[in-house]
Amino acid sequence: MVTFIIKRIITIVPIYLIAILITFGMIHLSPVDPAEAYFTAAHVQATDQLLEQKRQELGLDQPFLLQYIDTVLNISQFDFGTSYVTNKPVWDEIATRMPATIQLALCSLLIAIIVSVPLGFLAGIKRNGVMDHASRFLSFIGASIPSFWLGYLLIFFFSVKLDLFPVEGTGTWKHLVLPSITLAFPLIALYTRLLRTSVMENLQETYVLFARTRGIREYSIMGKHVLRIAISPMITGLGMNLGHLLTGTIIVEAVFSWPGLGRFFIDAIFNRDVPVIQAYVLLAAGAFLLGNLIVDLIQLYIDPRISRKGRQLP
Amino acid sequence: MIKALQKKLNNRKVIILCSLLLAAICIVTILAPWLAPNDPIMVNLAQKLQPPSAAYPFGTDHLGRCILSRLLYGARISLGYAALICMAALGIGLVVGVLAGYLGGWVDYVLMRIGDGLIAIPSLLFVIGFVGIWGAGLKQVVLGLILVQWVFYARVIRGMVISLKEEQYITAARISGSSSWKVIKKHVAPNVISSLAVMGTLEMGWAIMNLSSMSFLGLGVQPPTPEWGAMILEGKSYIRTNPALMLYPGICIMVVVIVFNLLGESLSERFGIKRR
Repeated sequence: MVTFIIKRIITIVPIYLIAILITFGMIHLSPVDPAEAYFTAAHVQATDQLLEQKRQELGLDQPFLLQYIDTVLNISQFDFGTSYVTNKPVWDEIATRMPATIQLALCSLLIAIIVSVPLGFLAGIKRNGVMDHASRFLSFIGASIPSFWLGYLLIFFFSVKLDLFPVEGTGTWKHLVLPSITLAFPLIALYTRLLRTSVMENLQETYVLFARTRGIREYSIMGKHVLRIAISPMITGLGMNLGHLLTGTIIVEAVFSWPGLGRFFIDAIFNRDVPVIQAYVLLAAGAFLLGNLIVDLIQLYIDPRISRKGRQLP
Repeated sequence: MIKALQKKLNNRKVIILCSLLLAAICIVTILAPWLAPNDPIMVNLAQKLQPPSAAYPFGTDHLGRCILSRLLYGARISLGYAALICMAALGIGLVVGVLAGYLGGWVDYVLMRIGDGLIAIPSLLFVIGFVGIWGAGLKQVVLGLILVQWVFYARVIRGMVISLKEEQYITAARISGSSSWKVIKKHVAPNVISSLAVMGTLEMGWAIMNLSSMSFLGLGVQPPTPEWGAMILEGKSYIRTNPALMLYPGICIMVVVIVFNLLGESLSERFGIKRR
């Protein structure tokens, strides 16, 4: 099991290096000259001499591979360069905005889990029951509704019509409600669906039959065995959807004017603030990979069958 | 409700119903220039924020443009580009998947590692980053969406090709001296194409939704071009006084996405194809 964990951690490194390479290559191939972008963002009319100087400063005259290695080394020390707009280290800028985004993401994740676990579980136990239909309807709508539109619908009904929650901004818990629900909705749809399918599949397994023949109460079979194992794909889904959560925050933050990383990122795009864009993409990729790793470890802990078999690496 | 309905109707009826709906949507989209009562981008400030009338069946927006006309023209952008994204992603996925699966070895390794790297960055984030670096615009969004999407197809197809390779008729064809190219063209490709069509249907909903999300963020379609996501962005300031401005385009997106998803799911259920 220890070898499995170590192996799993090691596989992340090359994938992350490739992700950096792709991001880096994209910046290189793009028609935007970072030096020019720098002066545009700083509202300075750039002369050729200034541009040349800036290029040297940013190390753009170095060969591609050298620049890449440089970037990798800097990133490993959390040095993402300085923002073209504010002239502060990108990492500091990100660190000040991170809590707002994390708060939003965690809150919606919590809502998603609280709603989807009972819903998916009950739907899976009783096929074609009321809960099953409700969950299928919900998961279908959740997969088909654009989240930014859902956000505005919620604003329209709960803020404009009923005046229950503020339209935008941060501060009280009330500000958190609508953005979290908006962000949680597609996740609820997905997790409910995953859990429902997984519970149904598990009910066909022989261990359920065996437990029943031993005379164990249905209640305890479901709660102690089926739920524990059936929840495994949902946890995988959780890891896979960290990315969804991250991009979701970008959209939800735009809808609700939430002062987090997502809005910072979108502003950076409009300002052509290349270091910020690069930093955000790479951090998100890192968080995504790390999330998947954590999820794998949780699964190892929850489902004993995985560790015993020494599950194959993906 | 929809799913309950689906239970009552059987799978075949859902497929027929969705196909008909889809055909209707396509016809309306293609005929948009003839169906639209007004010019979708003509500004008429004297007529701004009008309620529905004979001249403007859905009313007008904040610049006095006909909402119905904009919705109809918006369908052309959303559906047209979504179809383009699907076709391109499927095409690349097919080629890469077949090559990786059939040839194996280092070709497989290199292609799949490139895919891994692309997938390591969450897909929509990759697209936003791509657009961020290359500049906002429809072209960049479409390119970015294709770039992330082909990987999923390539992986699925690679898996299918690898299991197909073990089939006896493939072995037989190879023993009897068929070239790799001929085996791929005659035996491998026809087997995977039907699954591709089903995945493509599901992916259409995905593409439409993401295309409009990007336009909503201001990164995709630029005004005054009518597009559903961009229309919601424009309409959001009028949520208190004229909610219709943001309601209609959203309903359009949702209905079209539902039809595609329902059709795709029913088809994959019918043919026993798992998504991704």
